[in-house]
Amino acid sequence: MPPMPSVPPMPPMPSVPLAPGTTREGGWQESSGPAGFSGPFATSGLIGSSVIRPDAVDKARGDFAFSSDLWAEGMLWGKVLRSPYPSARILSIDTARAQQMSGVMAVLTWADLPGDQVFGLEAKDQPVFAHDMVRYSGEPIAAVAATHPELARQAADAIVVDFEPGPPLVDPDEALSAPAIHEEGNVFRHIALRHGDIEAEGDVVVEGTYEVGMQDQAFMGPESGLAIPSSDGSVDLYISTQWLHVDRDQVAACLGLPPELVRLHLAGVGGAFGAREDITIQVQLCLLALRTRRPVKMVFSRAESFLGHVHRHPARMWYRHHARRDGTLVKVEARIVLDGGAYMSSSAAVIANATCFAAGPYRVPSAAVDGFAVRTNNPPCGAMRGFGAVQVCFAYESQMDRLADALQMDPIELRLKNAICPTDRLITGQVVGGTAPVAEVIRAAAEAPLPEPASGDLLELPGGAGRCAEYDKVVRGTGFAVGFKNLLYSEGFDDFSTARCRLDGDMATITCAAAEVGQGFVTLARQVATETLGVTKVRILSGDTNEIGSAGSTSASRQSWMSGGAVLEACKAVADRILSMAADTLQVRPETLRLSGGHVVSGDGIPLISLDDLTRGKPVEESVVFHHRPTDPLDSEGQGNAHVSFAFVAHKAVVDVDVELGLVRVVQLSTAQDVGKVLNPLQLLGQIEGGTLQGVGLAVMEELLVADGIVQNPSFTDYLIPTALDAPDIVVARLVEEPDPLAPFGAKGAGEMPAISSTPAVVSAIRDATGLALSRVPVRPQDIANG
Amino acid sequence: MDTSANKDRAVLPESTVRVDLRINGRNYVLPDIWIGENLLYVLRERLGLPGSKNACEQGECGSCSVLVDGVLVCACLVPAADASGREITTVEGLGRTLADPADSSGKHQEVQEEELTQQEEGVQELSGPAMIASSIPMPQLQDISVTDGMSFEGVLSRMHPVQQAFVMTGAIQCGFCTPGLVVAIADLLNHNPHPSSLQVREAISGNLCRCTGYGRIFAAVRRAEELLAGTA
Repeated sequence: MPPMPSVPPMPPMPSVPLAPGTTREGGWQESSGPAGFSGPFATSGLIGSSVIRPDAVDKARGDFAFSSDLWAEGMLWGKVLRSPYPSARILSIDTARAQQMSGVMAVLTWADLPGDQVFGLEAKDQPVFAHDMVRYSGEPIAAVAATHPELARQAADAIVVDFEPGPPLVDPDEALSAPAIHEEGNVFRHIALRHGDIEAEGDVVVEGTYEVGMQDQAFMGPESGLAIPSSDGSVDLYISTQWLHVDRDQVAACLGLPPELVRLHLAGVGGAFGAREDITIQVQLCLLALRTRRPVKMVFSRAESFLGHVHRHPARMWYRHHARRDGTLVKVEARIVLDGGAYMSSSAAVIANATCFAAGPYRVPSAAVDGFAVRTNNPPCGAMRGFGAVQVCFAYESQMDRLADALQMDPIELRLKNAICPTDRLITGQVVGGTAPVAEVIRAAAEAPLPEPASGDLLELPGGAGRCAEYDKVVRGTGFAVGFKNLLYSEGFDDFSTARCRLDGDMATITCAAAEVGQGFVTLARQVATETLGVTKVRILSGDTNEIGSAGSTSASRQSWMSGGAVLEACKAVADRILSMAADTLQVRPETLRLSGGHVVSGDGIPLISLDDLTRGKPVEESVVFHHRPTDPLDSEGQGNAHVSFAFVAHKAVVDVDVELGLVRVVQLSTAQDVGKVLNPLQLLGQIEGGTLQGVGLAVMEELLVADGIVQNPSFTDYLIPTALDAPDIVVARLVEEPDPLAPFGAKGAGEMPAISSTPAVVSAIRDATGLALSRVPVRPQDIANG
Repeated sequence: MDTSANKDRAVLPESTVRVDLRINGRNYVLPDIWIGENLLYVLRERLGLPGSKNACEQGECGSCSVLVDGVLVCACLVPAADASGREITTVEGLGRTLADPADSSGKHQEVQEEELTQQEEGVQELSGPAMIASSIPMPQLQDISVTDGMSFEGVLSRMHPVQQAFVMTGAIQCGFCTPGLVVAIADLLNHNPHPSSLQVREAISGNLCRCTGYGRIFAAVRRAEELLAGTA
């Protein structure tokens, strides 16, 4: 194994100050939110302050080791051969020529896999290597290891596969009745949600059909990793992932090894957004390393990345809203079909979210929603930021605008009138509970000031650098949307996180396998340790899968709550032990003592004993497993207390549209979000701005185009994500801080919400500018220009 | 289906070429590399300089932005052989071209001439000289140190102002786009010390970021502008 450099602990990380008038230290005062970030450093490092990321310096210098940056002596390069066909029988696979090539050290297929042939997050239905069938274009068939990446590519090309292509099943509606393309059938899950009086009728009825295209997470750091075999038959895998332990379990099962012989280590992760929740290269890398007895590195090209990970489910949604004349919602009917592609991934959970949240954050007494996630020969779909809540939010918010129009009512007023409260029930029958400041986020976003009119500078007009819009053809529009989503895992899943805290002298070491993917958990963990233990020297380790238990996935807006909670409880357990040790020594009651500045101090802050004296050389260590409250499965009618907590968000969008050319420039998005409590204002702002822009991308440009099962645009040349020129001004109108009684610190997860209501708000604004119905995202120029 | 283990482990694709590179003030000789290798691959995989990132390898994302003879380019689009004899600056070299604050004379740091050959018992070692192994950190990534006993301010002072600004303004999340953006913004501010908002947007529109929504990156540009102008 290459040497592990020993790394000294970090000095206290500075933080940038909060907005004027905001007090943070030592308490939970209300915040007006992050309005400005200038001025000298503060150094409290406490919860609620804008502590700087501990990895920021190395990332800025280019010294941070991402999974694609790793290197080992004698390393080989891996490459995967993929199916060009979305549906085909494999008649034969001939690897002879590839194996004879100079520099090629292994060519492996399904026959070389010692353990399970299939893997999957929810059901094991996806082959590691295709055997007799391929079910999507991009499905792995063989893997190669060679001494140079170009040789590996040539060797993969030299494998001869005899395919018998068949007609692909690509229409998700047809999949419901078509012959099964997999032994597990074509329907991953159907939820027939029925709530209240399903015969109820409203005075006013609006109906619509909506579509969401296939969005890609398009993180910057491609799938990559390094597997290093050991002589005892075990393997170390350095990998970018969202969940080390579930990767480990799937990899070990496919390798036919006990889990403890497969050690996964978190390598630097270049973004995730859901696409790293499923394994991609993990099994192939380990297998190549074990077979060649050499370290093997693999890095996906961008095209492979687009083919190799799951995407956001495309959706077709039919809706019918019933309301009374005064705007009170009576009933929502919906049929939602998500295209899950060839394999299940997390489709069953995504359709559960889409179904449960189909009516939006509104008081809806009756509902009949049929949610289907189906199997096709399209690329597999799974987790992406918002996880089912994004698709339905576009539909139900489009419906709310349509309803407001039918009622000749102000759309904000309609939403306020129906805004759900903590004592109301969702359409799943679950009482919302906790906090639900829906009206507050609606009001704050709606009241945000509007931007100046377009300047006339060509670069600022729709089309931007293309300089093609005409100023007098540009129409400004304003739109609004509100959305919500569950936090943490649902439907009875045993969701937990594990953390260990060790205090040695005045240095704390936190070990937690929570995947840092850019969201800033490492910063938060430091803040928690500093706040709880009164020390500024804090090391954060992710450990490997043998050193610490699972922290669960970095998804579902859960790590601040779950792993933040685990770190908090571990630190508290250590603090309690130290305080009772000190109390024994000092002959006082532990309640009279606390930790501050590296000392045990009296109630009025006078240092009594240093932590150095108490623990140097005799460290105090505690581990905890942190659970959230249990949830229940949904019953046969989609009813049940299936979710832990919810967060709410609203966006107001302003767009400029060249109505003749169909070009859109998103000018501004103002947002208000239910965050419970602000833990790190600067990092929260980063989540809001980044998530909002991903929603803008879905609204106006991002779609993986799939024709007859084949992805047409697997590159950043053709799959467009917003650039700096596309980015609107994003204004945080308000962060609503109503602490969630269940959450550590009262803080709700904040990562997903910004990506939910931003998309429908932008489309609503384009409708306002054009008068068009626009029932599909992304909105394309021809949708506007052709009306 | 393993192939026999007696095939030489060090084999190159056909057509090799000698390349002489000058990177961040140091000279490197690569006597025999595959002619198809681009500058990005050579930096990352042969020379132990993985700071330039490999997000698309087709010039669309800007993550591998470097300066070649002072011109901002995507290293993935430059054949390594074409970069022979040119002056290359990567993200690793940005801060190191500044005056070393620890050096009271204020002189630029001495550059070190160094020759790397890839001959090892007559065999080409594809992954670069063994000395590189210790220079590429294995992941201990959540425990990244910024110190060698230095204060945080001391560490910052040894970085390029654009790098400092990125750290201080929250412009970094996953950080994969950061090195390319840092190089691109340093280049922008070098040519245009006080760019308008639109000039900033256009200048970095070739650098994709998926995490930040660009808001904090715009803030970092302004902070860097102030640092460079001495008004921060």
